[in-house]
Amino acid sequence: MSAFGATDLDLSNRRRERAFRGLFGAMTALLILPVILILGMLVWKGHSVFSLEFFLAHPRNGMTEGGILPALVGTLYLVAVALFASVPLGVAAAIYLSEYAPDNLLTRLINLAIINLAGVPSIVHALFGVGAFVLFFDFGTSILAASLTLAVMTLPVVIVATRESLQAVPQAFREASWSLGATRWQTIRRIVLPNSVSGILTGVILEVSRTVGETAPIMFTGATFYVAFLPMSVFDQTMAMSYHLYTITTQVPGVPEALPFAVALTLIAIVLLLNSVSIAFRMVLRGKKKW
Amino acid sequence: MVEVERDTAVSKLEVEGLTIRYGETVALKDVSLDVRPNEILGIIGPANSGKTSFLRAINRMDEMTDGMHVSGRIALDGTDVRRWRNVYALRRRIGVVFPLPVGLPLSIFDNVALSPRLRGVHDRASLEEIVERCLTRAALWDEVKDRLHSLGSLLSGGQQQRLTIARALSQEPDLLLLDEFSIAVDPVTTMRIEDILKELREEMTIILVTNLVQQARRLADRTAFFLKGDLVEVGPTEDLFMRRVRDRRTTDYLEGRFG
Repeated sequence: MSAFGATDLDLSNRRRERAFRGLFGAMTALLILPVILILGMLVWKGHSVFSLEFFLAHPRNGMTEGGILPALVGTLYLVAVALFASVPLGVAAAIYLSEYAPDNLLTRLINLAIINLAGVPSIVHALFGVGAFVLFFDFGTSILAASLTLAVMTLPVVIVATRESLQAVPQAFREASWSLGATRWQTIRRIVLPNSVSGILTGVILEVSRTVGETAPIMFTGATFYVAFLPMSVFDQTMAMSYHLYTITTQVPGVPEALPFAVALTLIAIVLLLNSVSIAFRMVLRGKKKW
Repeated sequence: MVEVERDTAVSKLEVEGLTIRYGETVALKDVSLDVRPNEILGIIGPANSGKTSFLRAINRMDEMTDGMHVSGRIALDGTDVRRWRNVYALRRRIGVVFPLPVGLPLSIFDNVALSPRLRGVHDRASLEEIVERCLTRAALWDEVKDRLHSLGSLLSGGQQQRLTIARALSQEPDLLLLDEFSIAVDPVTTMRIEDILKELREEMTIILVTNLVQQARRLADRTAFFLKGDLVEVGPTEDLFMRRVRDRRTTDYLEGRFG
């Protein structure tokens, strides 16, 4: 018995509390460590390459010199077209699944299929893209084929994120709206969508950041080693950041050591930038408490 | 023809053999009762008696609820509600107030203007007139008139419940369903809403589900007692409370022996 009536049990509970707190904290630190190491390494090794020219020039001299402009533009192009295909489709499917579909075996099977689709390795999506878009639809190896492949691959992300944010809107709001004589669509448009749009956009941005880094789905469907021109139409082939990184690290002899690190850093910077936009966005919208 | 009209004049709502199931579970068994025009019908009974299911069947919310199955007949002004081609027009005639106040995440103004907009009223002046009239009737206007454009879902519980009443009134309903409206509301607001309901009786028929026996006594012209899915009895409220009851279970409930 010590002062203030603390028993031995109290003291041992407090020790245990400290121990677990320390344990969980250490695990978190362990998670952050690789991120810091990777980023630090990339900056350390790659920073010497960065200049305005690096972003604005084409590669030169067998990819060993010059910049990454075509890859940068190509990646943005691929992502934009992929979004254009996957967002309307994914959001519409999620609205159907969340707001219209009856809760029956078929709906549950569809949901299961979507989750499984998210687990399909990206190389399998690549092969699907070759078969479906490059050959069957005869788009050739092109931005269109590559973007559609990326779209199929990221569709589950959009659907799941959208469905989750639709379902975060309380059912009581729907019932109140229906009892006023609103149709399902009027309820979705006036009540449900305006209150889930932040979650949907977060999902979209997460999708973008995943798409930016993918290599396998585009390497057979539209990405190319080198093109002298920036892509002019969706039927062109294009360079892309992820594929460019792959080629200069494995396929091209004589690339200066710093170059791949700089490309990798740029790629990660794009992803981090997009993720921080998504986080900032969510914070702004969450700040406006609606209920 | 004349007889048909007299029939509809006698009953606002006729319920015959109403049975409600959720999958295998029976929520309401073979209930028949009439609701007269401009009366307040109280429905009392312990939890899980089928009171809420009864209300949901009236405006066909079973169609929006997975697994809810309704059989039997509910006629509003003599017409079976299931035969209304336009379920949205049916629902517009029936105002609903829920147990937990549901201020929609819209401005106070838009909460009340939503139903008029759904039925095609769009000009500003008419909407403003409707909003002011309905909020006034719901005894909320003075408290919110200076902040009509702040969110309705952030009002206090008592204010939100009056907002939902204003919203229901904006439908210009002739039937108002209230489902335990005072559960999340302070006693003062409860009394104010009860006063509003007494006035509204002049214009519409009201079905008041409550688990406060005394609330039914204060407000209802007639009271129905539901127990475990059965309609035990229905009669003039005074009779029930004067112990002129047909079924022992009613007395037991009213005297607080269970429920």
